[in-house]
Amino acid sequence: MHLHSFITLFWPSTVDGLVLGSIYALFALGYTMVYGVLKLINFAHSEVFMVGTMAVLGLLNLLNVHSPPGGFRLIGILLLCVVVAMLASGSVALLLERIAYRPLRRRGASRLAALISAIGASFVLQEIFGIYYTRNAVELPSLLGHAVVFKLGSAEVTSDDLLVVITGLAMMVLLERLVATTKFGRGIRAVAQDPETSTLMGVNLDRIIVYTFLIGGLMAGVAAMLFDVHYHQTQFNIGQLPGLKAFTAAVLGGIGNLRGALLGGLVIGLLEFYGSSIFGSQWRDPTVFVVLVLVLLFRPTGLLGESLTQARA
Amino acid sequence: MSVPVSELPGRMLARVGQAQVRLNTRAGRLWAAQPWWARTLAVLALFAALAILLPTSPVARVMAPQSAWSIVLSEQIGVFILLAIGLNVVVGLAGMLDLGYVAFYAVGGYSLALLTTRQHWDFWIVLPIGIAASAISGLILGAPTLRLRGDYLAIVTLGFGQIISTTANNLNFDGGPQGISVIPHPPSIDHIKAFSYGFIDGKPYYYLVLAAIFLAVFLARRLERSRVGRGWMAIREDEDAAELMGVPTYRFRLWSFAIGAAVGGAGGVFFAAQANHIDPTVFSYQVSILVVAAVVLGGSGNLFGVILGAFVVAWLPERFRGFANDRILIFGAALVVMMIFRPEGLWPSRRRRAEMGDVGSGGGMNAPLIAPSAEGDQ
Amino acid sequence: MKVIAVVGIAAMGLAACGSSKKAATSPPTTTGSGGTGSGTTLKLGFFGALTGADAQLGINIEDGEKLAVSQYSATNPSVKVTVVPFDSQGDPAQANNGANTLINDKVVAVIGPAFSGESAAADPIFEAAGIPNVSASATNVALASHGYKYFHRVLAADDAQGAGDADYLVKTLGAKTVAVIDDSSTYGEGLATVVRATLKTNGGTDVFDDHIAATGTDYGATVNNIVSKKPAAVFFGGYYDAAGRLINQLRAKGYTGKFMSGDGSEDAKFITDAGGAPAAGAFLSCACADATKLPAAQAFVSGYRAAYGTAPAIYSGEAYDATNFVLAAIKSGGATTPSAINTYLANNSYSGITKTIKFLPNGNVSGGTIYVYEVQNGQIVQIGTTS
Repeated sequence: MHLHSFITLFWPSTVDGLVLGSIYALFALGYTMVYGVLKLINFAHSEVFMVGTMAVLGLLNLLNVHSPPGGFRLIGILLLCVVVAMLASGSVALLLERIAYRPLRRRGASRLAALISAIGASFVLQEIFGIYYTRNAVELPSLLGHAVVFKLGSAEVTSDDLLVVITGLAMMVLLERLVATTKFGRGIRAVAQDPETSTLMGVNLDRIIVYTFLIGGLMAGVAAMLFDVHYHQTQFNIGQLPGLKAFTAAVLGGIGNLRGALLGGLVIGLLEFYGSSIFGSQWRDPTVFVVLVLVLLFRPTGLLGESLTQARA
Repeated sequence: MSVPVSELPGRMLARVGQAQVRLNTRAGRLWAAQPWWARTLAVLALFAALAILLPTSPVARVMAPQSAWSIVLSEQIGVFILLAIGLNVVVGLAGMLDLGYVAFYAVGGYSLALLTTRQHWDFWIVLPIGIAASAISGLILGAPTLRLRGDYLAIVTLGFGQIISTTANNLNFDGGPQGISVIPHPPSIDHIKAFSYGFIDGKPYYYLVLAAIFLAVFLARRLERSRVGRGWMAIREDEDAAELMGVPTYRFRLWSFAIGAAVGGAGGVFFAAQANHIDPTVFSYQVSILVVAAVVLGGSGNLFGVILGAFVVAWLPERFRGFANDRILIFGAALVVMMIFRPEGLWPSRRRRAEMGDVGSGGGMNAPLIAPSAEGDQ
Repeated sequence: MKVIAVVGIAAMGLAACGSSKKAATSPPTTTGSGGTGSGTTLKLGFFGALTGADAQLGINIEDGEKLAVSQYSATNPSVKVTVVPFDSQGDPAQANNGANTLINDKVVAVIGPAFSGESAAADPIFEAAGIPNVSASATNVALASHGYKYFHRVLAADDAQGAGDADYLVKTLGAKTVAVIDDSSTYGEGLATVVRATLKTNGGTDVFDDHIAATGTDYGATVNNIVSKKPAAVFFGGYYDAAGRLINQLRAKGYTGKFMSGDGSEDAKFITDAGGAPAAGAFLSCACADATKLPAAQAFVSGYRAAYGTAPAIYSGEAYDATNFVLAAIKSGGATTPSAINTYLANNSYSGITKTIKFLPNGNVSGGTIYVYEVQNGQIVQIGTTS
């Protein structure tokens, strides 16, 4: 126990935790939306994220970016990265729905079977990159350098910290508005509440499910791009550990609940850093899971409850 | 749950009716009609055939040309089958998804390793202790978490599996990342090869594990037909209805967790004894995922299907060592294809198949995914 | 168990007798001093990861071994030698199968096991079967503590390296305060433990310990701690990927102290993983010398390049030496059985490209110079030794 280092490291831990938490939150959206609609743990979502990080890597190699670019060129490259990552992750999410889930739905397979199919798809995607690209970690160029914008307590807040947190929050707000106010959002909420009745009411179930996967994939793409910008490294299995945390974040916040994903992501990001500073880095993951169990014991459906249907609340 | 309460007893009865389907198959009737001694003889004959024929070298050349077959058969396939039988009690019978099953495997393995190397206790004394320790850890893990429903339980167990290997790595008394080496073999019976446990020949271990598998199958089948087993079936199909019908769901789920853990712990004890070295990397989260895959691939709920699934999952990578680089890719693709074309597994449980068409069960892991709109819903 | 081992050795002995009987009738050979025949082919095992996450180290070792064997074969010896590899994937759970597979294949000696974890599981099996095993890379201290007769390694154990590293930090670099981080692996934690213990006695102070995840991407918590405690140096026990990420994140947060790591990080990948510039000035230690720089090794280096198209990487030279020592037992010692090879290994020394190998009774190599490297201009350059 190092309560002393918890106090001295409070501000740096908070900044780092919020940055990581924002990435978890965006990543968690894919888990939470698919679960909300299909009641399915989309185990292969971690690979949707991985493909996004790889797409950014490919783009930067293609553009031959090696050092932090400046000015408008930087903004252009960042935007291009986001678009490419979203396209790549979105397509993989659609592909997964098409290949690994839809045939199972047609056959009335159990959710357990769908879970195994997802695990299989996850192996396949990882191995494609592991075998045909590399199993080594691959370095990306740093796009933003290390520019300190302001100090928060004892912590230096850099431009990439800000980029991650602001983009993360903006995407969450955008998505929440989308689900709460558009016709498409109503469709999602209707299916989440009662698929049978919503079909009778004229909702095209297949289309809603495809959109759900697509949005989850797009958000994972944004998360992947932010991850690359902040950590500038990727690997064929990079999605696994963050995926596990993002899924935990979704459950902690209340799976199926968009605001829950945000809250869960931020809480887990902070817990990892606070936990590490108090107990040492080796207890980082156990801290997260112990807190998850404790929360679920007292609030069995997570901090904010399962409520994709009440997203406008 | 949109089912009116008044309908529940009727639905439960209908399900129990379906459950009788399996016992009414021709093979099942034939088996049940035999006298007890004939059934015992048949089982012993099967045991002898498996014990004598499987580890022979012609079989080895076909099954695992690039491996030490007797070692693979005992330490990898045999132990994995035990794990699958244990997990089947939790996933297949009681219908709970446990993604952290490796925790119990680890408790069994570490129990043996610690007690034999530090206390110098005998394998045969530690075996029941290891099994008991695993069962108790099942109760400890289960008690606070088994009130959670399906998917929450899945993530919590996943977390526990993760914590167990991290904790084993972080603590010092169990060797930390160094693990525990030079774990003694079970005492040998002098001059009898079948009971000479050592480093080189895997056959004595194979006989041991095979006997454990037979025992586990026997106990699992007895359990399946007991009051507890029927309770599990009811919980799996519709937890709320089961509760209303007077099944003590929480207690029964706890039972299934402890029994599943005990079998997994036995697997850990056997593995640690034969491997003579364990460290936290042996008990990784991938093991949990592979056991779940084996159970579902074989036919969750059907004991023999599960054994088949475990055999296939443990054996194929050894058979196709030449494709070592691609084997996870192939395995993953095979999982997807299998789930598309045989979502109920290679050798499905008839009882489960009868449930497949059933709509609106309690929302557990066995509930179907929502059907596509083209076909509407039933 | 003992019975089986004895039977196993006896069987090997019989098989070997058979071959030497055959040798008596065949014409004498030009190179061998023993009376072995032209019909004899011996199998030399390889045990290590060839696929999976840690495959590169295993591939380096196998390449070194194969090069030695192919150069040996090119001399057209009377006793042919082939390499029989077992891909362990670096997984200790595969070790039992691996050791027994090689034993069933009747190998006369094994180069490996590569990693410390799988060595702990496989060494007693080779011991029971009486198969000499020479590791080019397993440096965990405890491996030599069991009194095995057939276990050998050509690299100094981590206690030599860890003590050397701690002394180098405190005495040569003058870094009195050190943060010791490890990657929670068998190797990394083992090495870091020795460094921590040495710091207690050599005048240095261990100001901060942490155990990070080898596969983690974010070491922010550790980095924040180091930045706030300002140690003069950071020592990391672990492999190059994590080392690269750690130094990258340390430098990004403005840590300017010294950074040192062990042989697991001594790979060009360390520099690329660190993102290039942040790795500059990092110190790396290894019980291994840089083969490309040794005058005696130039034939090896060019041969390796010709065979594999790359420069020799970490442990290739050690594997080459280990293999050549075993081949010398066959060629000069006339040994064709595992036990004869083992006797030769125990009683002789071999002057290799990385060092002169002489095994101690516990299997460790005598001597144990720890070489220090520094990252200069994007290259890992040998700058001296720890003493």
